[in-house]
Amino acid sequence: MLFYYLRLSALSYRRNPILSTLMVLAVAIGIGAYMVIFTLNFVMGGNPIPHKGDQLFHVQMDIGNPNESFNPPDQLTYIDSMALMNDGRAFRQTVSSKFGGIIEPDNPELRPFAASGRGASADFFAMFDVPFLYGTAWDSSADEDLQQVVVLSRELNERLYGGTDSTGQTLRLEGNSFQIIGVIDNWNPVPKYYDVNNGPFDTGEEIYLPWNLIVSLELPRGGNTSCYKAVDGVGFQSFLNSECVWIQYWVELQDADQESDYLTFINNYAAEQKQLGRFEKPLNNNLLDVEEWLVEQEVLPDETRILSALATMLLAVCLLNTIGLLLSKFLSKSAEIGVRQALGAHKGSLFIQHVIEAGFIGLIGGLFGAVLASFGLEGIKILLGDDLMQTSWIQLDLNLVGITIVLAVACTILAGLYPIWRACHVNPAIHLKTQ
Amino acid sequence: MIEAGPILRAMTRNKLGVILITLQIAFTMTVVINAIFIINERSSLMARPSGLDEANMFYISSVGFGDDYNGPVTVADDLAMLRQLPGVENATVTNAIPVSGSGSNSGVRLSDDESAAAAFAAYYRVDEQAIDTMDLDLIAGRNFNTGDIQWREPGQDLLRQELVISRALGERLFPDRPLNDVLGETIYIAGLQPQTVIGVVNQLQGPWPTNSMVELSMLQPMPSVGGRSTYLIRTEPGERDRLMAEVEEMLVSTNENRIVRGLMSLEQTREESYRIDSAMSTVLWVVISTLIFITCMGIVGLAVFGINRRRKQIGTRRALGATRSEILSYFMTENFLVTAIGVFLGAVLTIGFSIVLTSSFNMPTMAWYYTPIGMLALIVIGQIAVLGPSSGAARTEPAIATRSV
Repeated sequence: MLFYYLRLSALSYRRNPILSTLMVLAVAIGIGAYMVIFTLNFVMGGNPIPHKGDQLFHVQMDIGNPNESFNPPDQLTYIDSMALMNDGRAFRQTVSSKFGGIIEPDNPELRPFAASGRGASADFFAMFDVPFLYGTAWDSSADEDLQQVVVLSRELNERLYGGTDSTGQTLRLEGNSFQIIGVIDNWNPVPKYYDVNNGPFDTGEEIYLPWNLIVSLELPRGGNTSCYKAVDGVGFQSFLNSECVWIQYWVELQDADQESDYLTFINNYAAEQKQLGRFEKPLNNNLLDVEEWLVEQEVLPDETRILSALATMLLAVCLLNTIGLLLSKFLSKSAEIGVRQALGAHKGSLFIQHVIEAGFIGLIGGLFGAVLASFGLEGIKILLGDDLMQTSWIQLDLNLVGITIVLAVACTILAGLYPIWRACHVNPAIHLKTQ
Repeated sequence: MIEAGPILRAMTRNKLGVILITLQIAFTMTVVINAIFIINERSSLMARPSGLDEANMFYISSVGFGDDYNGPVTVADDLAMLRQLPGVENATVTNAIPVSGSGSNSGVRLSDDESAAAAFAAYYRVDEQAIDTMDLDLIAGRNFNTGDIQWREPGQDLLRQELVISRALGERLFPDRPLNDVLGETIYIAGLQPQTVIGVVNQLQGPWPTNSMVELSMLQPMPSVGGRSTYLIRTEPGERDRLMAEVEEMLVSTNENRIVRGLMSLEQTREESYRIDSAMSTVLWVVISTLIFITCMGIVGLAVFGINRRRKQIGTRRALGATRSEILSYFMTENFLVTAIGVFLGAVLTIGFSIVLTSSFNMPTMAWYYTPIGMLALIVIGQIAVLGPSSGAARTEPAIATRSV
């Protein structure tokens, strides 16, 4: 029966090709545009590490000018992050911040070049599920003993060593020698949730090394730095002692008890610091999980939020259009419906026939919609360019194609409900008379 | 506007068709008007001048490494070489580039009290050639002279006390005072000595074009000669592209202990900084044109449907003496009435949506004339869309009334 109705749908399409094509076009455009924006929102507003949604927490401590009502700063001072790190009570914890450095390759054919880097603690890699291609991360003794070890990104390893296993080699960076102990595999979470303060859609860094080396070797710091009080004095040590925030602090906690314990711990720490004259604002420390942190930082751009409202209205217009066109189409074959009813067709089978016919239009519309959506995403990728942010994720995957088609069929059938109802309630007598 | 009565009564026989068209027009209008408003907003942001002669400028960074690198000597040599290159008008060294998205700012106050409210202004740490290189318009006071400049190595204290500010910063700090009067005033920047204003430039944007305080900026005569120096270069018209390649080659070949990076013209920088805005505008144009196309299709489709259903009545009217133009005007009027209901509903939705945009996305309020112009435009579009089907209806032969009854 299904195939019979499908064949009827195809016949009906061919009998009224212009009207039917208009409908397919309306569904395709509406769904296609909606899916483009849906994809952007879905990825940019998504949580790239959902299975650790309730385990990873970003630490915020509220220092600042008591006369101004700013939110707690996004990052921590050196003093506070070192205090938390030395306590080390979380299941895992990492400090992290960016730096930049000049690499002098051993290969004489390569000129020295600048590379981006991240200082982190040993736990960083386990916390954020960083995949390794060769070697491993360092362990916490490297953090403590200031071992000059580095982990490279896959791209940098490609550039320096042609993609071969480079562990054990020595890297010249900022005039110092480092031993390569690991190479990470492709790892570019979108958004870059572990550092949204420095471009939430930026590509990952090329070099990772024990964070303490940024301080001990005075590597050129990178990334956002914000001071609510001027640095007292000159030189790196004064900067470390200052109230400037520039270090990100993440902890991994295993359950809700650990979470509330940790919040109590940082609140107690802040209270102690108040005694020393720091933390002049009322207590307002934050422990936000990945999703909360991405929302708090407004990672999802205004543009895509505005566009998703507009795309929803565009889809509504397309579906209203489809309702009108389906109505025209079904009523134009009232005579045929009359004949079928006279020959004994049930209302139920007429209903199913027309649901299938509407669904058929939706299916073709959905297929075209998926094609339009992938063109649309390709267009957006071209408009954004690949030099400023990660754009390789801007594409339809199989799941999204599936969602597109299901959505198109569902929307078309929904839009078709009233026209179908009208079609099932045709009075056969009138139409038989005019035959 | 003839015979509105019968038309309205006929419309009540086809309520769904009217509702469908009305809603389509209302949504279309909401999207189109707000999208055009957003596009206009973005393009007026993009059209703001930075104060610099952008067409003829580019910049490039030199980053020293290793123990053999001598910052002060390198910067002095580089600047001397750059300035004598044929085709180069002037060159300076700076810590940041306007409109580039990356730079530094400080809180600026009129008192020594660090807890007082501050204006946050971008700073450019430059030498005495900066105002000429950037081609800024010095509207009060004087330029820096060579003696004002403190070449500063990392970690070295800042001693200089002279400052050139942008007009917007002057007006912000000293509202209602003539700019000449501002010269000699002392302002306070945390971590620096009290600073004296010696000059005011007409316009100099900060590095962050999306920031509401983009016009607040200042020039400080203390260029850094640390590891990284950025040279900003202005060329004679038409010489920029040739010199970009030449300068890069020259810097690469003159010093082994540095790398050269970030060669870019200010036009490229502007394109990058506003790329999201122009991408947004393009996407919105696509949305607008698609939507108008779809809505026109909807109007045409439903008009054709309505006309076909009433073919015989049209024939009857023609047989009873109605002229073609009367038939035409019947359908045009019908469309006008439906569209009119649509645009009134659309006006409500448009304004509602624009209030949402203003309150949740930090957008300015839409000017009043967008809505009426949009209503008018949609009525015209509706009339154009229905013109084809209506003139088809007007060509109906009266004889059709006599057939197959």
